[in-house]
Amino acid sequence: MTATATATPAIPTPHAATATRPSIGRLTLVELRKMTDTRAGFWLLAVTALAYAAVVVVTLIFADPPDLTFYGIFQATMLPAGVLLPVIGILAVTGEWTQRGALTTYTLVPERERVAAAKVLAGFALAAASVAAGLIFAAVGNAFGMTFFDGDGSWHMTAGALGSAVLFQLINMTMGVAFGMLLMNSALAIVLYFLLPTVWSVLTGMIDAIRSASDWLDLSVTSQPLVDNTMAGDGWAKLAASVGLWLVVPLIAGLVRLLRREVS
Amino acid sequence: MISVEHLTKRYGPHTAVNDVSFRCEPGTVTGFLGPNGAGKSTTMRMITGLTPPTGGTATVDGMPYRRLPNPGRRVGVLLDASAQHPGRTGRETLSLAAQVMGVDRGRVDKLLDLVGLDAKAGRKRVRQYSLGMRQRLGLAHALLGDPRVLILDEPANGLDPEGIFWMRTVLRDFADRGGTVLLSSHLLREVEAVADRLVVIGGGRVVADGTKDELLAGSGIRVRALEPEKLEWALTTAGVTTTRTADGAFVAQADAETVGRTAAAADLVLLELRPADGGGLEQLFLELTTNGAAKEAAR
Repeated sequence: MTATATATPAIPTPHAATATRPSIGRLTLVELRKMTDTRAGFWLLAVTALAYAAVVVVTLIFADPPDLTFYGIFQATMLPAGVLLPVIGILAVTGEWTQRGALTTYTLVPERERVAAAKVLAGFALAAASVAAGLIFAAVGNAFGMTFFDGDGSWHMTAGALGSAVLFQLINMTMGVAFGMLLMNSALAIVLYFLLPTVWSVLTGMIDAIRSASDWLDLSVTSQPLVDNTMAGDGWAKLAASVGLWLVVPLIAGLVRLLRREVS
Repeated sequence: MISVEHLTKRYGPHTAVNDVSFRCEPGTVTGFLGPNGAGKSTTMRMITGLTPPTGGTATVDGMPYRRLPNPGRRVGVLLDASAQHPGRTGRETLSLAAQVMGVDRGRVDKLLDLVGLDAKAGRKRVRQYSLGMRQRLGLAHALLGDPRVLILDEPANGLDPEGIFWMRTVLRDFADRGGTVLLSSHLLREVEAVADRLVVIGGGRVVADGTKDELLAGSGIRVRALEPEKLEWALTTAGVTTTRTADGAFVAQADAETVGRTAAAADLVLLELRPADGGGLEQLFLELTTNGAAKEAAR
């Protein structure tokens, strides 16, 4: 280092300067890369993959053979994804503040809403990837189930079931991003992301006056039909209402906070 | 070019930056000087759109920073060398920025090389970097988009003397190629060697603004002779205000020719005759620092 330090460096010659602003697609790719190129991001993905494998193995060993179907195993993989991926979403947003990358991020892209949009889109991409990974694990699991565990081995799965799974992951992931954006602190956002909905569920379970509200505003209740692929009737309206409360409200409030916040 | 007009930032009752105006022209290095807490960083954050000003405007190349389509290609910014994700490698940090700006990947290695970080250092995580290495990475980051303007906050912090000399060479070279440089420091000596212009800020206000020569001139001529007493007598007799320095030299309030002729007429052998070290500015700076420290202590 010292040898080069003393040499008079030459500033590289100017190259063709393209002064167009970075496209939202490019920003999304950057955000996706940022979600996965840190140690925390890498291990979260690795743990998610391990959890997929573990869930498949547990299902193979303990489920009754008639339940060993492609769709049944796939559904099982969606649970760890739904828990772990939002943490990546949270960290993608809060990491900017806790690890102080915001200074760099927002000097390169001063339009903060575009960075926020890129983070949400990157979350979408990761959610979609988690479903794709679930399909692969389920396929391998189903093949094993047929061969070694006398499983039913049915490959049947409807497009609606796939759509429900994708939507479930998108909601979880984006809720994570929204919580991160609003709270701007990794530990706080992760704790509240898991704690608040649980507290809400417990409260609505205990207090009669607000029990009926849980039908509409408890996301774990309203999103259950997505997991089971049994969405019907006013299920969509109930889901929309709870997504409004747990996702849209924090996302908008977080965006407002992000745009106003002083970066230092 | 950077243009700052009447920038003001208030936090509640506290005014961090108060009606600050100055310009940085292409081809020059502007030293932005002031004690810690004088408002340098706040001003720089307002120029780069990170902090919304309470009043006033700042433009880079005639445009507010936040309206620049791809600011990294116009303005290289280094506000805090430690503000990088510690879990990424140096190379990855630059690669991400290159991707955002749409800069050719090859430049990442060029820049790492330019700032004296070798391939091994590039593969290390930023967590393991010394402050000096972070400053080098930060400068590489600032230069990555091949900008015409550089805005650097205390870039010499944590660099060894060799690194400081190297940084000056890079910045001088950048300005000599028509670039605009704004660099802040709380040490007068640090920027004196490289800056063409100085903007001194204290308590949120600009207290001095001009070319380095203007600001450092008018502080007299430093003169030293083989026989100090005779010199003092000769100068005083000639009506030149003279003050003795701690090391036996004198600071005379006259031009070099007058002092030289006076000495020659008295048959004196001169050992030294040159403009005195930025006396006025140094004094001003010292007062600012002392006042600042007093305020800090009073809090």
